[in-house]
Amino acid sequence: MTVNNSAEPSSFPTPHLGLTRRPRRREAIIRGLLFSSAAISILTTAGIIYELGKEALLFFQMPGVTFLQTITSTRWQPHTGEFGVWGLVTATLLTSIIAMLVAGPLGLGVAIYLSEYASPRTRRILKPILELLAGVPTIVYGYFALSFMTPLLRSIFGQDIVQVYNTGSAGLVMGILILPLIASMTEDALSAVPRSLREAGYGMGGTRLEVALQVVVPAALSGLAAALILGTSRAIGETMIVAVAAGAGPNFTLNPFIGAETITGHIVRISGGDMSYDSVDYNSIFFLGLLLFVITLSLNIVSQRIVRRFREVYE
Amino acid sequence: MRIAAKPNDYAVNLQGRQRAGLMWRALFMSATIVGVLALTALLLNIINGAFGYVALEAKVDPTTLAADGVALESQSKDQLVALLRSRLSAGAFNKLDGEMPFDRRSRTDVYDIVLERIVRYNVVRSWNLWESLVNAPGIRAEAEAAVPAAQLRFRAWLNPDFVAGKQSSEALTAGVRTAVLGSLWTILITILVAFPIGVGAAIYLEEYAGSNWLNRVIQTNINNLAGVPSIVYGILGLAIFVRALEPLTSGEVFGVVDPTTANGRTVLSAGLTLGLLVLPIIIINAQEAIRAVPRSLRNASYGLGATQWQTIWHHVLPSALPGILTGTILAISRAIGETAPLVVVGASTAISFDPSSPFSKFTTLPIQIYQWTSRPQSEFRSLAAAAILVLLIMLLTLNAAAILLRNRYTRRA
Repeated sequence: MTVNNSAEPSSFPTPHLGLTRRPRRREAIIRGLLFSSAAISILTTAGIIYELGKEALLFFQMPGVTFLQTITSTRWQPHTGEFGVWGLVTATLLTSIIAMLVAGPLGLGVAIYLSEYASPRTRRILKPILELLAGVPTIVYGYFALSFMTPLLRSIFGQDIVQVYNTGSAGLVMGILILPLIASMTEDALSAVPRSLREAGYGMGGTRLEVALQVVVPAALSGLAAALILGTSRAIGETMIVAVAAGAGPNFTLNPFIGAETITGHIVRISGGDMSYDSVDYNSIFFLGLLLFVITLSLNIVSQRIVRRFREVYE
Repeated sequence: MRIAAKPNDYAVNLQGRQRAGLMWRALFMSATIVGVLALTALLLNIINGAFGYVALEAKVDPTTLAADGVALESQSKDQLVALLRSRLSAGAFNKLDGEMPFDRRSRTDVYDIVLERIVRYNVVRSWNLWESLVNAPGIRAEAEAAVPAAQLRFRAWLNPDFVAGKQSSEALTAGVRTAVLGSLWTILITILVAFPIGVGAAIYLEEYAGSNWLNRVIQTNINNLAGVPSIVYGILGLAIFVRALEPLTSGEVFGVVDPTTANGRTVLSAGLTLGLLVLPIIIINAQEAIRAVPRSLRNASYGLGATQWQTIWHHVLPSALPGILTGTILAISRAIGETAPLVVVGASTAISFDPSSPFSKFTTLPIQIYQWTSRPQSEFRSLAAAAILVLLIMLLTLNAAAILLRNRYTRRA
């Protein structure tokens, strides 16, 4: 790259700066390389759909497995050839609902407190603490569930009601895991509401609580909904907490005090053991993985649509 | 609770409304306090589990091993070797000698072997830190009553031997070195793969891509991939890297197959799987960093006649580097803590040799924690707590380094 610094006013020769659009091959090559980097993401999604779909199809072609039985039966016992998926799905839903019952209200409360009430100094201390909670690896939460939450539940509700492995403590700890996610997303949504709306509310004589609950929260509702849906999606996909604390046998039950394996816990248990390729167990992993992928992807897309559709645009 | 509906309505039931406001404020604050309490409970619970009294029962009482009146702890290396020779079978002794000759071993090493193979301490009871601090006399009484033959000792499960020792199935001699090295190897491969591709993709999406449908699809796709559960990436890695690309990942193609493995469940597969997992995170963070570079900088460069790539390489990237590095560190933190995808890809459960190449079997620190947590005995629970402390310290150091790096680069720019 040459720059002509000789600015002689009298004789100004036309410098050959080469600014014409001559074809630069190196630029094109680099652009192609960068495009292929971006395209790898497409390959990843294609790979997920292709591999999961292919093996899931193989799963359904195995002797003894029918699509109808899989989606209607509730017992998952590979050695008797029963592959009803509802037991696993109910356990997943149970833990996720418990997690959202904890993380939803608490996350909302934290977000409202941080954005409407807290002084900047408090916010500076509290936000890093929340981020710390979000950065703890999930296996640590699993250990926490097994060594703290389960004994706590057992001491509250009695040792014969609460088993050693139960979905309740896994759900509660999962709620703590998701809490920072919901809190930060909701707080972003609340902060995005312009100050003028709040000032208008105060000007009409509202107290701080009334403005927060009746003006700001409804204005940020789309962001709240998106946060809750994303939190549910995260809870459904969570593996290690349930693998450690929720139990190791598929169980169709609504009782949170006894053990029941979730979809993710089952996948981990099966792949941790001896597994030969092309066995029923191996292929069932892919079917379950596909199920998981479809559920979480749908939730994520719904969440994005809600934000795009219902987000109030102010300025 | 109505906001003023009519003029002069401002003070309707003001006290009641303000009381309600205070009550709700307390509720919101308590939600925050619950969050802080949860974090505190988590940390305290882990520290609680990693230290405490243990009641040790020896298979062979060390006092009976005194030679010529010299207690076991004070014996010289030759006496200890003689002890091993007399107590172990010939085969076991020769095997140890074959691994490393006894004259080359240090005295502490031989002493450790004596403890491990002959004395064979066994943990019969253990207590956590809180009990040990608060109820020491009670513990002593309990130990006397239940297991009188056992020695009571205060054990810090997190100690230098633990960090530097290799994995073993005996609780007292187990260490995390194998797992930590496995983690580091895996992360190295992850970064080598994901960083160039991720930053490259981000540059393309921010600088080169027009707004046609293909690029929109790519962008939406990346956002969706960021939300896919990590175990799905593990399943993908199992199908593609472990199975389909087995000749590549096991090293057959390069002729360096690990003789104990000979399949695709290697460090390379693990690194590639985690690379795919963190790729969306790196891309999204790098995009934000590149987007934050002011347009004026680019325009100035173009105005001087630079090509697009020259502008990016010499101006945009250096300016966006702190943000990109922060995103990468975030991705590394996430990858270090991931367990589920690696379990699916096939982490080994019983390796005791440090990984020596990308094609060796592997285990990582979170997986080690998972395995120890899954064991019912309480001493493995304590080991898990100690390993968690190691993991948390690693993560803390990493994030602190990230913050320092970012501050340094931001100041320079």
